[in-house]
Amino acid sequence: MMSNPVLEVQEICKIFPGVVANQDVSLSLHSGEILALLGENGAGKSTLMNIIYGLYQPSSGEILVRGKSSKMRSPRDAIGLGIGMVHQHFQLVPVMTVVENVMLGSEMLRHGFLDREQVSQRILDLSRDYQLEVEPSTLVEDLPVGIRQRVEILKALYRDAEILILDEPTAVLTPQEIEGLFEVMDLLRRQGKSIIFITHKLKEVLRIADRIAVLRQGKLVGEVTPSEASEPRLAAMMVGREVMLQVDKKEAEPGDSILEVKGLEARNDLDEICLSEVDLKVNAGEIVGVAGVQGNGQTELVEVLTGLRPLKNGILRIGGHDLSGATPREITDRGKICHVPEDRHSYGMVDNYSVADNLVLNSYYRSPFAKGMTIQRESIDTNAETLVKKFDVRTPSVQTPGASLSGGNQQKMVIARELSRPIQLMIAAQPTRGIDVGSIEFIHQQIVAKRDEGIAVLLISSELDEIMALSDRIVVMYRGSIIGEVLNKETTRQELGLLMAGVKSDSENIQHSAP
Amino acid sequence: MSFWSRTARVAVSLVVLMLLMAILVELTPLGENKWMRVFFGVSALNFTLRAAIPLVLGALSGILCERSGIINIGIEGMMLAGAFAGFVAKSSTNDWPLYLSLVFSVIVSLGVGGLMGLLHGMLSIRFRMDQIISGSVIIILAAGLTSYLFDRDAIADGKFTPIPIPLLSEIPVIGPVLFNNPPITYLALLLVLVVHIAIFYTRWGLRTRAVGEHPRAADTEGINVNLMRYLNTMLGGMLAGLAGAYLVLEAVGQFQEGMTAGRGFISLAAMIFGNWTPFGALGAATLFGYTQALQNEFLLAGVTTIPRQFVSMLPYVVTIIAVSGLVGRVRAPAAIGRPYDTEGGR
Amino acid sequence: MFRVLLIPVLALVTSLALGALVMLLFGDDPILAYQGLFQGAFGSGRAWSSTIRKMIPLILTGLSVAVAFKAGLFNIGASGQFVMGSVFSVAVGIHFEGLPMYIHLPMAILAGMLGGMIWGAIPGFLKVTTGAHEVIVTIMLNYVAALFGGWTVYAGGTQGQTPGPLWDPTARAISETPDVLHSAQIPWIFGPPYRVHFGVFLALLAVLIIWWLIYKTTVGFEIRTVGQNPKAARYAGIRVEKTVVLTMAIAGGLAGLAGTIETLGLNHKFAPEFGGQVGFDGITVALLGQTHPVGVVFASFLFGALDAGAAKMQFESGVAADIIQVIQALVLAFVAAPLIIKALFRLRSTQDDRHSASLNTSWGGS
Repeated sequence: MMSNPVLEVQEICKIFPGVVANQDVSLSLHSGEILALLGENGAGKSTLMNIIYGLYQPSSGEILVRGKSSKMRSPRDAIGLGIGMVHQHFQLVPVMTVVENVMLGSEMLRHGFLDREQVSQRILDLSRDYQLEVEPSTLVEDLPVGIRQRVEILKALYRDAEILILDEPTAVLTPQEIEGLFEVMDLLRRQGKSIIFITHKLKEVLRIADRIAVLRQGKLVGEVTPSEASEPRLAAMMVGREVMLQVDKKEAEPGDSILEVKGLEARNDLDEICLSEVDLKVNAGEIVGVAGVQGNGQTELVEVLTGLRPLKNGILRIGGHDLSGATPREITDRGKICHVPEDRHSYGMVDNYSVADNLVLNSYYRSPFAKGMTIQRESIDTNAETLVKKFDVRTPSVQTPGASLSGGNQQKMVIARELSRPIQLMIAAQPTRGIDVGSIEFIHQQIVAKRDEGIAVLLISSELDEIMALSDRIVVMYRGSIIGEVLNKETTRQELGLLMAGVKSDSENIQHSAP
Repeated sequence: MSFWSRTARVAVSLVVLMLLMAILVELTPLGENKWMRVFFGVSALNFTLRAAIPLVLGALSGILCERSGIINIGIEGMMLAGAFAGFVAKSSTNDWPLYLSLVFSVIVSLGVGGLMGLLHGMLSIRFRMDQIISGSVIIILAAGLTSYLFDRDAIADGKFTPIPIPLLSEIPVIGPVLFNNPPITYLALLLVLVVHIAIFYTRWGLRTRAVGEHPRAADTEGINVNLMRYLNTMLGGMLAGLAGAYLVLEAVGQFQEGMTAGRGFISLAAMIFGNWTPFGALGAATLFGYTQALQNEFLLAGVTTIPRQFVSMLPYVVTIIAVSGLVGRVRAPAAIGRPYDTEGGR
Repeated sequence: MFRVLLIPVLALVTSLALGALVMLLFGDDPILAYQGLFQGAFGSGRAWSSTIRKMIPLILTGLSVAVAFKAGLFNIGASGQFVMGSVFSVAVGIHFEGLPMYIHLPMAILAGMLGGMIWGAIPGFLKVTTGAHEVIVTIMLNYVAALFGGWTVYAGGTQGQTPGPLWDPTARAISETPDVLHSAQIPWIFGPPYRVHFGVFLALLAVLIIWWLIYKTTVGFEIRTVGQNPKAARYAGIRVEKTVVLTMAIAGGLAGLAGTIETLGLNHKFAPEFGGQVGFDGITVALLGQTHPVGVVFASFLFGALDAGAAKMQFESGVAADIIQVIQALVLAFVAAPLIIKALFRLRSTQDDRHSASLNTSWGGS
């Protein structure tokens, strides 16, 4: 027996210049229900939620809250109607305290001034009721990611949200933290709150949702219940064709040691130690996966290995050369490495440069692209034509600005450039973040192919699935150190999850967990 | 607390130290030493305060804008426009009762400063101009317009005179320095406290800071980011206008072309030096004001061994040292300089 | 090509119109003023000579600002670098009597460029080592340079202050240097009364070299990459710090060359009042020229004409020459924010509504 829906979305369309993000999407959400919204990157999930939350205006269609047609002109309207949203990229101000963040926009005042005490008390009450412990006077920047997410949920609860939208909330959590989140979601559900849970992870959907709606290319392609669904079926609904859930690869045949790191130590931008005593070895012909919750030193590790961040202590050897303290260019040249950076917009490409220029971003000074000081335009263009074909980069022309390509094609462009040089070590950080399934498959194939050619691969990913699908060996980072190392075929998700949370696998030696 | 930053503490201790030195120099035999008088005499302190006031106001102007995420390099121009407006208002109301005319002129300065702020806001928010370039436009425009419109025969009769505060002004050394000043000086010092409280203890301040640090977060809580920015740039413009009013109506009494002479830029440095906090800015402005005072004291004391040009360089050189030595330890609002759009095109 | 020109041309037209409006508002006659302006810029051989002459330093300071823009740096310090160029070149120019021109003149020019380069490199160096923002530092260095220049030619004081090292004692109480020797003067092309000198070719040569450097060389690729995305530049193995200092030194050298040419070709001496506005004008010229070397030449021609015509305008119509500065500020506003012009003329927005110049500036350093 279904109650009346608390939220109904009717035939929503959203058209951005040149793109239809949502087309005739209709959904309903009932009280005390968890509705999962499933879809791959770019399917229009976030757009739809931003429309419900009043951040975007729909091009057409209607939203009904508790049976009443409601126009959400700004988040203020949505908040007023009891809708709260936990964003994929946390909307928290790092240099402000938890209290300030929670009350922002819905401040409590006393004599015209901010009433921090009262808000604090309210936060403590809420965190007790919903098992969301947090210290109100801490600065958000000092909190680990998992706790920041609690602050986001508290923000919504503080505003008396009855409908909660959780946008990819599990992306940044360890498997155990995900379990914890599910418990909180369950608790909320039992208290009569309604939740829209956005994700692209099939397992989680089957685990927690009451109903599953699948979006593909902006359209609703179906609604199922977990009991009638299965992973392959959901995947096929998401992508529109059969998908290989497993990456096809043979047993690795590791060769000589290529990357060797000993006692590595480095400091972050605030001059705090962010890497300590890191030992790591990657052999030719194997993929070593670096797992870990985002922000445990993986980014800095890659930066140190590629020369972007100075190493304070330790030894970095690549292919027999001691490259400790070398510049990025020395490491690229002498170490024969390639680097697929984790944030392609900040590091991997120049938005306003043409595809051709982006494809020589770190080889512009070499023959045949330059003779002495002068740039050889023709060689650069020829090179681009070749690579674009070989790596299936879909672009109108090689003179098109890199920024106007789709995410997947930008990433293919970066990978094309990096794999176009003779290399012995590939460092790939979050190589498939935020791109479509087709491009993901292509990139995974490329990585495995490189391994089979005898190249050493270091893969850094916060997606445990990706690590487990590709790696031969897995190391787990926790608070700037490598806390454990396992063989992929001998480990379990459970074991990795514990390591990611800082719990050593022999389970006696428990490091003190996050504050 | 985070907002009572280390730079602010250092800067305020500096002010206290200077006052203590002045007390020693004035009340003990230490004052017989010529150099001591040059460096720490009451006259040096008086001049320091006078030089610091426009810098304090300029820095507060910068703080308001930048806390909301708008870089304001145009303070110099806003100050100049405010000064000119105040002068025009004063010289055309010479026949009014003095105080009425002066207060009216201050209001005009505030208004014109606010308009310049609004222009800066429109250029950088509505028209998405690079904020540093927009600031440059303000500077060039103000310099051009004030020169073009300046009637060199006009005269402003009278200016603000000191109002001693009963009892407090009787305190030796501190009294004459701090409690025997014209009104805009008192107002500026009061504004330091007011802006401090406003930024850290009110709803407006919380939202301003959020908009400057993470506009999207503010937007998702239903705060109108660009409205906050407009408000802050206008208020900032008014403060810069007040600094201009100070120059014309309290310090000099007349307008001169380009009379701001880089004070707007030094204000910016004071803002950075003070880590975007009002009290920090006060301390920094005092330091910069002191370097200007020294220039004066050297001249009065007849010091000729150091060429006067080099003494005059002091404020600028100290500014360079200040921004070089401290950046890295101070942190600008994170979203500064970037226009904000809601992606959905609301 | 048409689109590239559209915005600057519309910006100019709109600014002139607004300038006229301001004049009307304050009781001046804009038609008379613009007639005088045109006369003074193009009405005679001398007018043309004056326009070209005024264009020379603008080309170089504009180029200076434009080069810095390419690396995402804002060089507001062109006027300081200009002064240092003047001082350094004059220091060489008034000494070394007896040297032949083919040695003395290049020496003086190089000295001037060196002065500007040093003055430009300082803020670049401070930026990469300490994070000090180049905008503040260059502005402060403008004042320091002006005072330094003032000191070198200081006539001394009544209280026994020592005069500056470059002061001309025969000038008595006037603070200025002696004339540079003939062997260090840049010759005039036509001779009096046409004061246009061969410096114009030096400026055009600089344009050519900078164009080649920026668009055709690896150094230019590095400069542009740093300007577009410093993180990607670092990733690509470019030494960002070196590039920033180098770019600022080049920018400073160009502005220094402007001061040098102005001194050796026109004033033949240095006095504190030479310098002034060209630095700020360089910003406007660079933006009006879309930060492209060739664009800078056109923009300088335009501004040179405005400057050349200003005096005549004031003389003929009684409108204060300062109105030109107002018009220039408006031009800057309109070219730096194409959206205004587009809104005004209801032009279709295109994807290049990105600002013609955007800086990777944040006070905290990069």
